[in-house]
Amino acid sequence: MREDEVPQDADNSTYGGSRKLLYAQSGDGNFVGVKSAGWDVEAEATRMALELLERQCEQSWDRATRGVSAPLEYYMAYRRMDVALLAQTAGMARWRVRRHLRPRVFAKLPQRILARYAQALELPVEQLRTLPEAPLT
Amino acid sequence: MTGFEHRQSAHCESGVMSSLLTHHGLPTTEPMAFGLGAALAFAYVPFIKLSGMPLIGYRMPPRHIIRGLSKRLAIRMKTQTFRDADAGMATLDRLLDEGRVVGLQTSVYWLPYFPETMRFHFNAHNLIVYGREGGEYLVSDPVFEEPVRCDAAALKKARFAKGALAARGLLYYPTQVPATFDLERAARGAIRANDRYMTGAPLPVIGIRGIRYLGKTIRKLAANDSRRETYLPHYLSHIVRMQEEIGTGGAGFRFMYASFLRETANTIRSDLLAEAAELLAEAGDHWRMFALTSSKMCKGRRPLDGDELARQLNVCADQEAATWRLLQRF
Repeated sequence: MREDEVPQDADNSTYGGSRKLLYAQSGDGNFVGVKSAGWDVEAEATRMALELLERQCEQSWDRATRGVSAPLEYYMAYRRMDVALLAQTAGMARWRVRRHLRPRVFAKLPQRILARYAQALELPVEQLRTLPEAPLT
Repeated sequence: MTGFEHRQSAHCESGVMSSLLTHHGLPTTEPMAFGLGAALAFAYVPFIKLSGMPLIGYRMPPRHIIRGLSKRLAIRMKTQTFRDADAGMATLDRLLDEGRVVGLQTSVYWLPYFPETMRFHFNAHNLIVYGREGGEYLVSDPVFEEPVRCDAAALKKARFAKGALAARGLLYYPTQVPATFDLERAARGAIRANDRYMTGAPLPVIGIRGIRYLGKTIRKLAANDSRRETYLPHYLSHIVRMQEEIGTGGAGFRFMYASFLRETANTIRSDLLAEAAELLAEAGDHWRMFALTSSKMCKGRRPLDGDELARQLNVCADQEAATWRLLQRF
């Protein structure tokens, strides 16, 4: 990649307004650091991953609203976690986390278990019990 | 404060090491740190999952640059992990009070200064903390243009995030840095080590064989009707993300290593290294082509064609094989 080939696709960038450093070749064959404002190919792959996370978030919000799953499932998705990661973060076995995602089990959870989830998800305990009006963004 | 100077880098670990060494009186560019750390690699690791997708590494695992550089440049590094998060924070504070500049491994997700679009649960990020001010840490995050700040709660969460590649609070700093070193000797050792990772690995999923293996996996997925429609596009976009976005990605690492080869070639006057730099830079271009083609196929702008993708990966593999064949003569 030559210096002038470094992509500058700022419009669709997922860098949040900042630029990323890349190494490219200048005319004399040496390599120089060049700031890139974004590359559409990368941005699209990132957006695809983000859309997947967003969809999971909406679906679990929907399930929690209908009472099929507990709000915990929604907040797990909100923090972009899966069961395995939440289990590790909260120091809980996976099967227990999965069980706690059931609304009736979740409703009866003692404060100390909720506190562990709250800490893992960096959310207040009270918030865990309730769903927002719409999926948070 | 210690007069620390922030420099933007392409990749976190090589950036942190180049900044730490430069700060300690041994000016080191990022490509130098990357190359002498023998960090170029390829690995397809299906049993480590990131958000349910296999880990595809285009460089050696975390801490490899730190270890490799210390060995080849005779740097003494102090590294420490912690069981207890509070102890980990207390140690960091003590080191900062002593005026040290400290490298940390962290999760990306919990760092508040990352834009929402870049916040994924990825645990092998590296950054430098160079001071404290008003309850906030002064952070030199190598992938950002300017220094940033981070509050204590978030930094603690980021350092002690769980999951794949968990940092366990890892912190590191040099305790002894030489004023000079023998570049030719260090480069020889690093290139030889790196050659082993790329061409001599005993497993088919590592090195150049790993690149071909990935191509075969794609071809198989494309031939599988139940995987082809939904799983394969996600799989491809995951490869592109691992290649381009995380750290600086596969193509980026090729350009960075080429830059190391060229810089070394200039210093020790080696035509062979300069030629290898050209070859590897070309491999980087092929990787970018592969990313472009994958992206088009994901978005349906080109029909999904597993054979074509596998063919392009084989071109990358051939090009890298040619580079290492040449480097073996160095």
